[in-house]
Amino acid sequence: MTINPDHVDGIDKGKIMLYALSTCIHCKQTRNLLDELHVAYDYLYVDKLNKEDMNSVLMDIEKFNPRGSFPTLVINNSKVIVGSRLDEIKEALG
Amino acid sequence: MISTVVSPEKVERRLKILDSEAKQSGYFLNPDMDFTRGLVEGLILNAERYGYESCPCRLSFGEKEKDLDIICPCDYRDDDLSEYGACFCGLYLSESLINKNSPAPVVPERRPSLHDRNLQPVNATIPGQLPYPVFRCKVCGYLCARTSPPEKCPICKADKDRFEIFI
Repeated sequence: MTINPDHVDGIDKGKIMLYALSTCIHCKQTRNLLDELHVAYDYLYVDKLNKEDMNSVLMDIEKFNPRGSFPTLVINNSKVIVGSRLDEIKEALG
Repeated sequence: MISTVVSPEKVERRLKILDSEAKQSGYFLNPDMDFTRGLVEGLILNAERYGYESCPCRLSFGEKEKDLDIICPCDYRDDDLSEYGACFCGLYLSESLINKNSPAPVVPERRPSLHDRNLQPVNATIPGQLPYPVFRCKVCGYLCARTSPPEKCPICKADKDRFEIFI
């Protein structure tokens, strides 16, 4: 089964993937910032997945962030920003 | 059926209870009310979909026995309040952070990874050695075994600095 993240159109700043929870306010703040920056990004509300997909996505996240916490932002499969560190995100994408 | 929007009245009702419980036991909700309402809404949504108020900022698999540590207030709140002045999600702030008018800081996740949580818990301790120091409130005698004393005594509301190491 393939898991399709939602896509938001915008300025291409590389591959930006946001792993988030639909109930998490820090994830919301991070999404708001990405929207303000008008960057293109993908996001996935991991809590909305079925258990099997949740497990497999969590394993993906843990490769970047061993605690598996949210939000986890992965830029170009290399730079990882954990938590709503808005200044850091601005700097990485500004 | 999980509702996607929680009515504002429901959020206010829960918020009022949480606020009064916090005050009674010497804790403080985040005074940034938009932020706090968002978290309370997440708690209500989690109660609806899982049957318990697990942390809105943490992933739940919907199995209560595996989530006991993240049912709000979580097992990590007090350590995070002591170290960062806020709990992981930012629902609770320390009094000193509130007095400084500081927003909730980004708190790193203290909860162990799923892999580490699944490891057998370590119960073995060296005989005669306590896993935690015991603190005593010098005002009312309340005892607690934890890494540091609470911000306020949950019994008499005395400040942290009225605690002494007892054992």
